[in-house]
Amino acid sequence: MSTETVAIIDYGSGNLHSAAKAFERAARESGRDTRICLTSDPDVVAAADRLVLPGVGAYADCRRGLDAVPGMVEAMIQVAQVAGRPFLGICVGMQLLASRGLEYETTPGLGWIPGDVAPIQPSDPALKIPHMGWNTLRVARDHALLAGIPTGADGLHAYFVHSFALAAERPEDLVAQAEYGGSVTAMVARGNIAGTQFHPEKSQRLGLALIANFLNWRP
Amino acid sequence: MLKTRIIPCLDVKDGRVVKGVRFEGLRDAGDPVEAAKVYDAAGADELCFLDITASREARGTLLDIVSRTAEACFMPLTVGGGVRTVEDVRALLLAGADKVAVNTAAVKDPDLVARAAEKFGAQCIVVAIDAKRVSGAGEPARWEIFTHGGRDSTGIDAVAFARLVAEKGAGELLVTSMDKDGTRSGYDLALTRAISDAVSVPVIASGGVGGLDDLVAGVAEGGASAVLAASIFHFGQATIAEAKAHMAAAGLAMRLDGPASSARTPL
Repeated sequence: MSTETVAIIDYGSGNLHSAAKAFERAARESGRDTRICLTSDPDVVAAADRLVLPGVGAYADCRRGLDAVPGMVEAMIQVAQVAGRPFLGICVGMQLLASRGLEYETTPGLGWIPGDVAPIQPSDPALKIPHMGWNTLRVARDHALLAGIPTGADGLHAYFVHSFALAAERPEDLVAQAEYGGSVTAMVARGNIAGTQFHPEKSQRLGLALIANFLNWRP
Repeated sequence: MLKTRIIPCLDVKDGRVVKGVRFEGLRDAGDPVEAAKVYDAAGADELCFLDITASREARGTLLDIVSRTAEACFMPLTVGGGVRTVEDVRALLLAGADKVAVNTAAVKDPDLVARAAEKFGAQCIVVAIDAKRVSGAGEPARWEIFTHGGRDSTGIDAVAFARLVAEKGAGELLVTSMDKDGTRSGYDLALTRAISDAVSVPVIASGGVGGLDDLVAGVAEGGASAVLAASIFHFGQATIAEAKAHMAAAGLAMRLDGPASSARTPL
């Protein structure tokens, strides 16, 4: 098997070294010959076998950062929409898959997972915002990225930190939710596109197992 | 269901872990990166580094330690101490911190919180509130903000300040009782509760843990979303697992995933 390249897209959305290290470790531990590449070069992105879009901060800021790199969105479309290679969005990187974000202002997303990104509104007003910390996953449908990972109330935990959440228009795009005064979207997927609201690179066992699954994913 | 977090805090000076008793009489407890790895493996829910010399002696923060920790530990890391500007926040985030705690600078200029939150998102801006009780016996409880490791009084009401910085965009508040810090007599639960009730963002209880019941009280009575402790973990009085088991037995929702950070660990 030839060496695969995983491109983690660097568009100024914060520190990505720990994300890169987590992917390197998951690749090493699952015995894969994978090159993890942090890049802001659309040509490298266009040639990648797998793409990861991280994202930390405000929705509009992240969108502007992505648009500020000439050719980046086009390269992502080439890989994810035309070539159909595996794509993972993380946190705001997952939210950018939506039609639009409603944080501070209305911002268009990529529109790959139709739906809006709107404030979390827990039914219990005593619940704090942001939804910050470790929560379990309630799986709506099976997905390769969750293979072998114990989920449900007694399962492993994922690390969340967010005040907004994606509400997918198509029920079949929803993969998992977290319970926080109601259901909060934790993971979405459609075809070769997947996204997690939680941070796999910060989620210890669950996170490294999910990343290993992503590296093995053949959608 | 969201779980209560346990956060071991490593006070760092000159690149080494120390624990101050009321911020004086420092004891050396080792290399911060090694300590961080131990806590990662032990199932700590987050880690916190506080550079306790920074604001007093105008030192920069320990970017190298942060960066080496972030490369080895796949769990959330908060770093504070000597953070004065948006550029300081950026440098720590780029080094690998997930959240940055702002203390003295936020007291001097609460708009720093707003500027940093707008730039990097509220989720990564923690305001560290060091408070001392100033009300006398028989008076309604009242606390004021103190800066510079608890030495300097500001006259600012702690609860009002908590509300202000939460409105400015702090994503979380780290509330330390300067009366309790280092005493091992438990958190100032009235302070923790007063601030937790006043804001909609999560509150971390800090300062004074002497035993595992104090951690339970911080959540059950103080209303904290997370509990921070140092000595009881650093000096082996309790493990993270023991603390979690104790809190779970008291009816709190805890993350009991067991040893962390390996894709190879049998699931």
